[in-house]
Amino acid sequence: MKCQQCEKPATFHITELTEPTGPVMVHLCEEHARTYLSQENSDSPTNALAGMLAKQLKLEQTADQLAKLDKKTCPVCGITFAEFRQAGRLGCAYDYVCFEDDLGALLLSIHGSKTHKGKRPARGTGSPDRQHKLIQLRREMHEAVTAEQYERAGELRDTIQDIENGGDLPGAPPSPDAAPDSDSDPNSGST
Amino acid sequence: MKLDELAGKCGEWLLGTGPESDIVISSRVRLARNLAEFPFIRKANDSERTQISQLVHAKMDSIKSWPDLLYVDIQSLDEVDRQFLVERQLMSREMAEAKGDRAVAIDPNERFSIMVNEEDHLRLQVMCSGLDLQTAWERIDKLDDELGEKLTYAFHDTLGFLTACPTNVGTGMRVSVMMHLPALVITREIEKVFRSLQKINVAVRGLYGEGSQFMGDFYQISNQITLGRTEAELVTTVNEVVPRIIEYERRAREFLVNESEQDLHDDVSRAYGILCTAKKISSEETLHYLSKVRMGVNLGLIRSIEIETINKLFVQTQPAHLQKLRGQHLSVADRNIERASYLQSHLGPNSKSDADN
Repeated sequence: MKCQQCEKPATFHITELTEPTGPVMVHLCEEHARTYLSQENSDSPTNALAGMLAKQLKLEQTADQLAKLDKKTCPVCGITFAEFRQAGRLGCAYDYVCFEDDLGALLLSIHGSKTHKGKRPARGTGSPDRQHKLIQLRREMHEAVTAEQYERAGELRDTIQDIENGGDLPGAPPSPDAAPDSDSDPNSGST
Repeated sequence: MKLDELAGKCGEWLLGTGPESDIVISSRVRLARNLAEFPFIRKANDSERTQISQLVHAKMDSIKSWPDLLYVDIQSLDEVDRQFLVERQLMSREMAEAKGDRAVAIDPNERFSIMVNEEDHLRLQVMCSGLDLQTAWERIDKLDDELGEKLTYAFHDTLGFLTACPTNVGTGMRVSVMMHLPALVITREIEKVFRSLQKINVAVRGLYGEGSQFMGDFYQISNQITLGRTEAELVTTVNEVVPRIIEYERRAREFLVNESEQDLHDDVSRAYGILCTAKKISSEETLHYLSKVRMGVNLGLIRSIEIETINKLFVQTQPAHLQKLRGQHLSVADRNIERASYLQSHLGPNSKSDADN
């Protein structure tokens, strides 16, 4: 894809989440991205998000590095980093682990902090790994009910309750670079 | 309680009571929450959205202190009913226009509503009349605790509550105050005031009426940051800045009264006259004139109307409310006639403003 301002390849894909018309994509080369971001209007928090997201991708990154990052895929929900950059919305709680490095810089830009100081929920889930496992088990349970495998569904329900009550995880967390699970089709019912 | 019954009533947040209610219409606190065992809405399939809605509904039903909650399935509503809930500030415009299984749970007194399957699985909001963020925060904290005992929220030990958009992560909390600032608009001081707010992490947004029409004199002030501060600190951030804006608006009103009282009085009276006598009037025009009349009532230039009546008219003259109150679908032209008649019956010499509300 070419830069919207010149003939060079567009290596920055900035999503302006302008209200109320919805997201608008801007595709720019590094040079024009610098100019664009320096003129960024920070009046709106959503505009600021898009600008910060692009900034934290480090202007010195090569097109190859950016392309690799864009292809990074969450093994739980199937969202790619490019998809997140376009929509400005994440696909599941595990994305915060999967895209940890890139999101960490973004969160720091937006909030000036990466550490929660507020209230905590009554029912603890422990970590995003546990939340990832809960998503998988919930999907498996639903499939078991649909297939009328009620005994299996009951076992899965008990496992979910056990995890929610602080029990050990039945398996290790997946690698962030692993292929998506078959039951987490990235195209399934996305809105 | 049914949805139709809401149309003739008005939520507590519109009563025009509470501190600083001449300038602050309402205070709102919103929390974004997601359930740990489901993907976020963007990646949830149809079945998962339905499971979320059913699970949340069941858990809400089991909370004994929420006995009369109205759980509304948005998919089954027609366009007027969806628009009605948006006008009533009980759900977002995005939710009205979205697709798929989604719902809103409404407290009968409209003290709170909970959107299910909006951008996040849950969006809880509490509204109070006037500047009363502390009460709003205490109420939503309790609601969140009650619901959080039944549901397992997506939470990260370091990052806090996990949300679909990174701008909401941490507390998931947006504290906002809806302000009526007509004098700052007239004196063209509004931009200057808001530019100064950018430096302290407070966001300012105009409010939109029908379609994308801009409700010129209403502004929402809210916190930008949600991570790295406690909820109490976020309340304090907004609570500290709002009195400054109130002071600016009061000074602008004082300036207008001192420097051009006749012009101001004339402007307010003409607006009142049009609202009382017009035979057809658009939504945009109505909002424009109601804003002037509201300021006129607060400045004592008009003494025959209660501020509560004006607040209610802002909501009840909007398109979906008019159609709900009339009980039938109305074209734009018919709405303009109905709106004029409705305004006359509440503001005119034989008004029933306090009798039927």
